[in-house]
Amino acid sequence: MQPLGEGALLLECTPVDTLTNRLMLALADQVTALDLPGIEVALPAWASLMVLFDPLCLTRTRLEAVLTALVREVEPAPARPARVVDIQVRYGGEDGPDLPEVAAYLGLSEAEVIALHTSQIYRVMMIGFAPGFPYLGPLPAALDLPRRSTPRTAVPAGSVAIAAGMTGIYPARLPGGWHLIGRTEAQLFDPLRDPPTLVLPGDGVRFNAEAQRRKGAEGSDE
Amino acid sequence: MSRGPGLRVVTGGLLTTVQDQGRLGALRYGVPRGGAMDRFALYAANRLVGNAPDEAGLEILASEVCFEVLQPSLLALTGAPIEAYWNDAPLPLWTTILARPGDHISLAGKRHGWGARSYLALAGGVEVPVVLGSRGTHLSGRFGGLAGRVLRAGDLVMLREQPNDPLRRAGQAWPAEARPPYGPKPSLRFTAGPHQHCFGATSSEALAQAELRVSDHANRMGYRLDGHTVELTRLCSLPSLGVLPGVIQVPPDGKPVLLMADAQPTGGYPIIGVVCAPDLDVAAQLLPGDSLQLKPIGEDEAIEARRNYARWKATPLEPDDTVAQLALAGG
Repeated sequence: MQPLGEGALLLECTPVDTLTNRLMLALADQVTALDLPGIEVALPAWASLMVLFDPLCLTRTRLEAVLTALVREVEPAPARPARVVDIQVRYGGEDGPDLPEVAAYLGLSEAEVIALHTSQIYRVMMIGFAPGFPYLGPLPAALDLPRRSTPRTAVPAGSVAIAAGMTGIYPARLPGGWHLIGRTEAQLFDPLRDPPTLVLPGDGVRFNAEAQRRKGAEGSDE
Repeated sequence: MSRGPGLRVVTGGLLTTVQDQGRLGALRYGVPRGGAMDRFALYAANRLVGNAPDEAGLEILASEVCFEVLQPSLLALTGAPIEAYWNDAPLPLWTTILARPGDHISLAGKRHGWGARSYLALAGGVEVPVVLGSRGTHLSGRFGGLAGRVLRAGDLVMLREQPNDPLRRAGQAWPAEARPPYGPKPSLRFTAGPHQHCFGATSSEALAQAELRVSDHANRMGYRLDGHTVELTRLCSLPSLGVLPGVIQVPPDGKPVLLMADAQPTGGYPIIGVVCAPDLDVAAQLLPGDSLQLKPIGEDEAIEARRNYARWKATPLEPDDTVAQLALAGG
């Protein structure tokens, strides 16, 4: 547990795995439920928790003591997702321009990459990077590869991507360094919706391969 | 509730947006805190016109901007020491004025040595929908503020509520001694970050001695700093973790990046330090090419800085009679 400036504490945990993620999520909920004056927000990430606080209202020593007590008692959030969200994906072609390269790098066929990517339910580890961007994992070991050496300046909205043992979905047109293997029409983020994100940490996500359509057969203009 | 249009935008300038104190509650959805870059200046402008501190105002990046006043309005312009006019006369900054319909408030975009952002508050606040807990504009997400975009010529700035006894407030000035230490080549104080193991033993000292400049890669998300390369002792691959404005991240090329208001809420680069909250408002007044220094301090000093900051925010405001006459007279 370390200070992140005079008004934040960062709790970083190892190993970076699903159990740690479940603990962080549960801890964030408990910190929020404390409703302790001076605590502004608790933000869980993959394997860490950031707590923002007002140091004129609550000392770091006191906050650390409170967190330490919670860490000792905390039960991880359930392993089983409260709900599973199905995401339809068009793999390969213009929708997933990196699929051939990814398959070659991993020594698999494109069909095997798709089969592996759709083979399991992923856990939403965190939302970050951009509004509504879900970090999903863990990825099957056979799909593990590093980020692209040169990030793209613009990745189309809805792109489904993999990198560094994770998979994710770009909610909007954004710069990005992950490998694009497919694309979905699902709307990941809508600021006017409550909650604004399609999925929340702890949810499950299952990708389903849409029947491949011929190039130019559908009307998307992006 | 709305009282109708308060201003018409005659010239929108480079980057004029509706901002407030941001949306901390939406960090968990991947949404930046956002809000005013210089939170103090907007806070002060709001207090000067009698608004609640979290009311929305306009953030104006130094450029030529002009508004026409459409109904009698208490206004205050704070932040950058910019050349500004009330009709043909200089507009007193950090001062409440009572503007009349037909008046023009204009900013010439010229700075006096420093300054990047001005804040215009109107009594009653700016009326735009609250999105995810804030009226602030999130430009890349295209939501919040006025239709998620910058203000342009012809836009109307709507007012939210009827102000309380406007005449009593006209002429109030914010004391210069109760403001953050704005100025050219500021020294931004920072406390050590959590990833010292990623840096050389003397990296923080070296960073503190460097003559740094805000690079051209600088916007509301963050400033890439030129003038120094931080020594990374090993490749630090961190799982994405929560970050906040003020964090100084060091990407693999060693060029530090100071995160600002629209920074994404998570990041994966090692953090060498965190600029204390009061000095982040000073940083908000920098433009590409401006010099700065980073000064390491301990936690106690950072908390003391916050204490001073809270004191400045609560500074008593008393109308100055001479200023009051000016403020009522107009140009």
